[in-house]
Amino acid sequence: MIDSKDLDPNFKYEVAAEMGGQNITRCFACGTCTAGCPVREIDDKYNPRKIIRMVILGMREKVLKSDFIWLCSTCYTCYDRCPQGVQLTAIMTALKNIAAREGYIHPSFREQARLVKNFGRLYEVEDFDNKKREKLGLPPVQKNFDDLTKILDDTLPKEVLK
Amino acid sequence: MKYALFLGCTIPVRAQNYEMSAREVAKKLGINFVDIPEFSCCGFPIKSSNAESSLIIAARNIAIAAKKGEKICTLCNACTSVLTEANKELSENKEIREKVNEELGKIGLEFKPDVEIKHFSRILYEDIGIDRISKKIKKDLSKLSISVHYGCHYLRPSELYDCFDDAENPSSVENLVAVTGAAVVDYKNKLECCGGAILGVEEDIALSMAKQKLDNVTANNVDALVTICPFCSIMYEDNQRKIENKFNVEYNLPVLYYPQVLGLALGIDQKKLGFRLNKVKAKAVLEKAGVEI
Repeated sequence: MIDSKDLDPNFKYEVAAEMGGQNITRCFACGTCTAGCPVREIDDKYNPRKIIRMVILGMREKVLKSDFIWLCSTCYTCYDRCPQGVQLTAIMTALKNIAAREGYIHPSFREQARLVKNFGRLYEVEDFDNKKREKLGLPPVQKNFDDLTKILDDTLPKEVLK
Repeated sequence: MKYALFLGCTIPVRAQNYEMSAREVAKKLGINFVDIPEFSCCGFPIKSSNAESSLIIAARNIAIAAKKGEKICTLCNACTSVLTEANKELSENKEIREKVNEELGKIGLEFKPDVEIKHFSRILYEDIGIDRISKKIKKDLSKLSISVHYGCHYLRPSELYDCFDDAENPSSVENLVAVTGAAVVDYKNKLECCGGAILGVEEDIALSMAKQKLDNVTANNVDALVTICPFCSIMYEDNQRKIENKFNVEYNLPVLYYPQVLGLALGIDQKKLGFRLNKVKAKAVLEKAGVEI
């Protein structure tokens, strides 16, 4: 049951102010997004139409603390097909970004952020890798990116790297 | 034709066969690749944590290419979309550009609009072209039947890609396969996502997504599945054994990168195309194609 006193009517505007979130209030709940969603096809706990509806209703805590916002596979099928140009993939990103700032980041994305910050890539390149590349006739790749580490130290929310 | 080759995270350490074959094919077709060691991750893995940081990382890479006067050729679909999106956003939106340039200024870089960024397959299709490729074909692969997985970010969001292909009914990579002589086999739900982006979030869902694709492709008894993205290949090739064990099925479906197939047709030695590194062994494909092993 939804209790109106638990709702935050400003949540949709908060999402709209986030990068990529600006079109959320255009949604007229047609369900084109959910009908074509490859994740929803496997598991109905991810349902883009329902998530947008929850945001518009103002179910802030429930959405931000949920597991499901992290399940968008970013295939952009809904983004391309939405008749209202809601740009759902970007809204999912906006929701994940707010959740990350509030300390609810999924551990998998926390780890990805840590790796990219420390090594400039999702994988730490070791001497072994460059030796293998040399044997294959490929040029070595750089192992450290101090400038990128600095950018992420300066711009990533503290809660992300905790 | 000259491009800076953007490798991203996965290719240099986990998909060297893609890189090797792309470099060989480029050489044969007169594309000159320049290596820029300062290229890092594109920014995609950071987007879920913080879209602004992701945008700055993408802008950093684009600014490095621009500083050297180079255009960017990508091999990974996710890199393509993140870099193209950043390029568009920052070229069109002065306010965001100034904000990003403030950060880039601290590391001595500046984003300037309109650097060309294209996926290698798109360069082959648009800039080299099927006609020119067909004139260079040395080996007919007509004994092979192949299905193509495009991967989401190669086509979508379509607003990023100037409609070079139809996102709902694409044909560019299939035409590129057909020029080798191989039979291109269509299959159910061709546009379905590999699930790679949520592998770390919920493995069960991601593997189920990949399983559907493997089911649909193998239903037609093709010799191989062709991909153009290392993320997609990790789902269909590296995780194929895992999916087989988990769901008690058997596929044994070779997954090849498109430049490996084109490379064979261009007469390049399969050793230079990295077939040895394919995890699902492609020996039967090479034998059927009449390639010296």
